[in-house]
Amino acid sequence: MAPVTFLEAIRQAMFEEMERDPTVVLMGEDVGVYGGAFKTSEGLLERFGWERVIDTPISESAIVGAAVGMSYLGLRPIAEMQFIDFIACAFNQITNYAAKSHYRWGAPAPIVVRGPSGGGVHGGPFHSANPEMYFVHTPGLKVVYPSTPYDAKGLLKSAIRDNNPVLFFEHKFLYRRIKEELPQDDYVVPIGKAIVRREGTDLTILSYAAMMHTSLEAAGELAKEGIEAEVVDLRTLLPLDRETIFQSLKKTNKVLVVHEDTRTGGIAGEIAALVCEGAFQELDGPVMRVTSLDTPVPYAPPLEEHFLPNTQKVSAAARELARY
Amino acid sequence: MKAPAKLTITREQHLELYYYMKLNRMLEEAMVNLFRQNKIVGGLYSSLGQEAISVGTAYALEKRDWLAPMIRNIGALLVKGVRPRDIMTQHMAKVTAPTKGKDGTSHFGDLEKLHIVSPISMLGDLIPVMTGVAMAGRYLGQDIVTMTWIGDGGSSTGVFHEGLNFAAVQKAPLVLVLENNQWAYSTPVHKQVPLANLADRAKAYGIPSYSIDGNDAPTVYTTAREAVARCRAGEGPILIEAKTMRMKGHAQHDAAEYVPKEMFAYWKARDPILRYEKLLIDEKLLTAKSKAEIESRINKQIDEDREFAEKSPQPPPELAEQGVYCDGCHTIEAKWERSKKDVLPPKSSVAPLWKVRQFGAYQGSAPRHPAGELAAEAAGGNGASREGAVSKSSRGAAAKSTKGRVADAGRTSKHKVGR
Repeated sequence: MAPVTFLEAIRQAMFEEMERDPTVVLMGEDVGVYGGAFKTSEGLLERFGWERVIDTPISESAIVGAAVGMSYLGLRPIAEMQFIDFIACAFNQITNYAAKSHYRWGAPAPIVVRGPSGGGVHGGPFHSANPEMYFVHTPGLKVVYPSTPYDAKGLLKSAIRDNNPVLFFEHKFLYRRIKEELPQDDYVVPIGKAIVRREGTDLTILSYAAMMHTSLEAAGELAKEGIEAEVVDLRTLLPLDRETIFQSLKKTNKVLVVHEDTRTGGIAGEIAALVCEGAFQELDGPVMRVTSLDTPVPYAPPLEEHFLPNTQKVSAAARELARY
Repeated sequence: MKAPAKLTITREQHLELYYYMKLNRMLEEAMVNLFRQNKIVGGLYSSLGQEAISVGTAYALEKRDWLAPMIRNIGALLVKGVRPRDIMTQHMAKVTAPTKGKDGTSHFGDLEKLHIVSPISMLGDLIPVMTGVAMAGRYLGQDIVTMTWIGDGGSSTGVFHEGLNFAAVQKAPLVLVLENNQWAYSTPVHKQVPLANLADRAKAYGIPSYSIDGNDAPTVYTTAREAVARCRAGEGPILIEAKTMRMKGHAQHDAAEYVPKEMFAYWKARDPILRYEKLLIDEKLLTAKSKAEIESRINKQIDEDREFAEKSPQPPPELAEQGVYCDGCHTIEAKWERSKKDVLPPKSSVAPLWKVRQFGAYQGSAPRHPAGELAAEAAGGNGASREGAVSKSSRGAAAKSTKGRVADAGRTSKHKVGR
């Protein structure tokens, strides 16, 4: 089997789930005839027909609302946001309607809202967002943000089969930049489980999505200096895999959180609180974080590079933490 | 569009409509008393004077159909089979309530038996949700119609327009009832919408609409019945504007002093229940005796249910932590009423089971660009002229084009009754 891109892994997950289960349908802007703005749904219309691959008006609220309605009749709709930035337009449907549905009146809403997210591609303030934390703060949702093609495929399948509304973020920087050989058989990656990507003893770097790769690169550099960083890929932000975080902390006694989301209110803050509440005795240093700046995502390459975390910034923070 | 000419309503239907309207009003009166006794935890929203709309529209639905009420549609819930005790326990935050105290008012639903989708407080959200229910029902071959309500105020939300537009392009079998009760909290309708008839909203989406007297129960019912039948026949969504008056404040706390007294007097003289009673008595369908029997039957039921609600406990505190997620507590299964093979390859890439004229002609095989009917449509008029035809909705624009959506949009926007 030839290795496949992150993007192709997502396409395969949708394709295989739609093949397996006729209740799975896809809705979104330009997902049909055009095959999606990034071609994640290429060929799906031809295979599954227009009843299951639905081109919609530019109406994110209507897309998510209709997906919820469909799910009440037992369908498992995938709602695509053309860029995840536009999820803001569907905020009410997601946070007030879908997220509270099961809690309020016992109506599960098995929908997936997915779309390309993240910066580093000079998309500017409205095509680069990492809006995951708005939704991590919303009980009733699950939030998934994979970093590898294998996980993207396995987690998307889990998301489609899940009985709850799942937000699935696809870092577009990874779409065509990484490739991986995938198993031929059907497989899933469970939601809510982190994974150790690199073993280490001196400190733990917790990260996800594109920054997971930045963190791995930094860990490689640090190893040359004799600092052994353990890199944990969170993969799911809600629910957070506390067990894996605590296990790694127990081993290294130091935590650095790296995320591309902006600093204030990012997941790093939540992890710092969790660690302080649950494993304060284990800490040999402060919980540190490397994040984007507290600004909108700027457009010009020098500005965006300044805004984003990178290997140097991660390595510098790790060195500082290792000194404790 | 005017209300359809008098369609036949049987004696039994008349009396059922009347029964539910009375039940609606008497239940709300009982709840006002509970509110005054501090037994209702949150707000209480009255539908006084609007009962003919809730009851008359919901009564047009079949059992298999779906509805999603708004805050003033207790009548619709009763028609669909909700018990008065469910409404009372909801308002009183009892553990025996449909939501077990997790939410109040008419914020509950029933996916399994009654086919009711819960509203939320954000207005307009139900329109795309019920569009999705309608699309899923069609996809599964269930032959259902969905119905939801919106107020004059709610018709200004963004999602109202997103939802109705999406329903229109999808030709989803959705009946949207726009209850124009003249007031959005304290803001009069003319400060919300610069239209004399809110039914005109429908023109923007090329869908048919009715503007009717919402205090005339037989008209409401026959209009809804026709709309439901047209939806079921595949005509796409239909808007019914029912003109009425909110006879109380926004909720119990609001004395509605901003409403001119003459306005209340005008509408009080047009009370839907008194009007209906007069009609039924004139037509000899109701006598003083049978009216008293109905009232006593309702009183008995309300008394029983109020006792049940009052005796029910509030939920245990730990319930607050439960049910955020479905962890296998529900089995999600679609009820297929068509062959699954139709929507799985290799059949799925060809023609669908159901057909709506001028919609969904693209069948997926090469070439990459829409061919066939859509190409023919493009030849009939490009995007610009299509918009023109809809916005003018003039006879000329519609008549000149004989095929494609140009003709369709022009025709449906000034639909003839009973075509």
